[in-house]
Amino acid sequence: MEPRASLRRAFAVFRARNREFLRDRMSVSWNLIFPVLIVLSFAFAFTQENLALFKVGVHGAAEAPEQARAFRDLKYIRFVPVADLQRALPQLERHQYDLLLDLPGGRYWVNEKSPQGYMLERILPPSAPGLTRQAVSGEGVRYVDWLIPGVLGMNVMFSSLFGVGYAIVRYRKNGVLKRLRATPLSAFEFLGAHVASRLWLIVLVTVGVYLGTDLLVGFQMNGSYWLLLLVLVLGALSMISLSLLVAARLANEETANGLLNLISWPMMLLSEVWFSLEGSPEAVRQAAQALPLTHLVGAARAVMIDGAGAAQIAPQLAMLVLTTALLLALAARWFRWD
Amino acid sequence: MTALLEAKDLKKSYPEAEAVRGVSFAIPRGVCFGLLGPNGAGKTTTVEMLEGILAPSSGSVAYRGQALGPRFRQEAGMMFQSTALQDFLTVGETLDLFASFYAAARSRQELIERCALGEFLGRDTRRLSGGQRQRLLLAIALVNDPLVLFLDEPTTGLDPQSRRNFWDLAHRIKAEGKTLVLTTHYMEEAHELCDEIAIMDHGRIIAAGAPRDLLDRHFQESVLILPAAALEGRLRAEDGLAAHPRNGQTEIFTRDVNAAIQVLLQRGAPLDRLQVRTPTLEDLFLHLTGRELRH
Repeated sequence: MEPRASLRRAFAVFRARNREFLRDRMSVSWNLIFPVLIVLSFAFAFTQENLALFKVGVHGAAEAPEQARAFRDLKYIRFVPVADLQRALPQLERHQYDLLLDLPGGRYWVNEKSPQGYMLERILPPSAPGLTRQAVSGEGVRYVDWLIPGVLGMNVMFSSLFGVGYAIVRYRKNGVLKRLRATPLSAFEFLGAHVASRLWLIVLVTVGVYLGTDLLVGFQMNGSYWLLLLVLVLGALSMISLSLLVAARLANEETANGLLNLISWPMMLLSEVWFSLEGSPEAVRQAAQALPLTHLVGAARAVMIDGAGAAQIAPQLAMLVLTTALLLALAARWFRWD
Repeated sequence: MTALLEAKDLKKSYPEAEAVRGVSFAIPRGVCFGLLGPNGAGKTTTVEMLEGILAPSSGSVAYRGQALGPRFRQEAGMMFQSTALQDFLTVGETLDLFASFYAAARSRQELIERCALGEFLGRDTRRLSGGQRQRLLLAIALVNDPLVLFLDEPTTGLDPQSRRNFWDLAHRIKAEGKTLVLTTHYMEEAHELCDEIAIMDHGRIIAAGAPRDLLDRHFQESVLILPAAALEGRLRAEDGLAAHPRNGQTEIFTRDVNAAIQVLLQRGAPLDRLQVRTPTLEDLFLHLTGRELRH
């Protein structure tokens, strides 16, 4: 295969696919406006801070001394088991916990800048006497700050799964693939062009969504933009690979649609896009680790909220790379033009 | 003449049916080869195996004496029976897209003029009429200036004028010395364009050769055609004329037209609407299979 000719063919498909997407006004609008609307509605709904719910992290719940039991019996407080205190303390600093109890150590931590922490501290001593007070400090993370990485990840997921997988199944069904197969264009060139086209369009759209939501609601970004871009690109590649696998042989849009929904909806619910899985059953949290969106959202959240560096999110990045390699290999093996 | 394209004992089976049951033929360079037959005869399956789009269950296809490969992809042009094009692209952009796939492409301007695409070059391909779309699909098939051009049912669904225009285009392509492989169930199209034909039925070739030779081989008669009512109850067994009802008319195949007309006059048949013609490929198909081609 002559590399220059190969690149020319792939670039021609890349350009044609870009035109197809950018001229489809409905599709562009949906990709840009939908995520912004979600963020706006959630920002409006959850910035009122009107939920009368406290969240308390509990370390060593099994070894709870008698004096803490009365506190734990209080209503309207959600107790979340904490396995690792060192991991939980930064979350307390960001107001993700209102209070942190270390029962074996006979102490508790409170964020001095948290109103909920202040209120809980008024309740704690009478209910659980004898616990030593420890203090941390830090500004809270608003729900919208926590939500934005999830929405960006969700947008990447939908755009990748439906933008590539659905399009290829449609091409197969209506005969576009058959016509392309009759040319010197190889499957590698065709698929490579589609991956590249969707990838750069996702980056373009995600930047638009990012800027739009930042302008409208404002949110935290404490890490590197380049690292966030890397996370989104690797996340998009893993999702595109997944969609290529789904589209490898299907020739029916309805089946593809059903299958893509079957994949995307559980992924959206289990990958902490909307809510944290802390406190949920272990099996659910383990299942979530198998989903690429979990790693994409987790890494994006770590970069944007915690200001994490590459080393800190290396496990998530490695998972995304591994997922991409595995899914791409399977998709390439399974792909059929007809 | 050396064969440009050769099929050897091609078979294609599906779990529910055997579509092609051992088909062999050779297509010399520079001819228009027609694969004819009714719908479901196995024409499209056969031609898709020739195009390398469909893998045969057994048998082989050779292009210039070798298995189909990158050279064939570069030198072949294809116009499928039904093709969708990528949405939201104009006619010009679609031509450019396909041109970029080939090492050598025909001049864009020449292609536009030849297929009369100039008027709607900037139009979205979804907004073309049937005839315009066929011309674009032909232009795409010609974009690499192919040595061999496959045309699968190219005029199905076109109005007579568009069909006639398409034939004119095909004649001009033939005149350039290109090899054409045409599948059609329109016998008049095959008559018009083909130098050689193979007639398929039930996945097999039932007759092959030059159209004129085939007709001469199978028919020495001419055909007299009269309205069915004109002969009602008039012919007798001793007249030696066999009348066949067809499409609301009566056809009589005879080697001696003058004698047959004499008999008809003697029997008082009104001849004011009499037609005389030579047998066609439609007649040949009926003769070979006992069935009409378009049923």
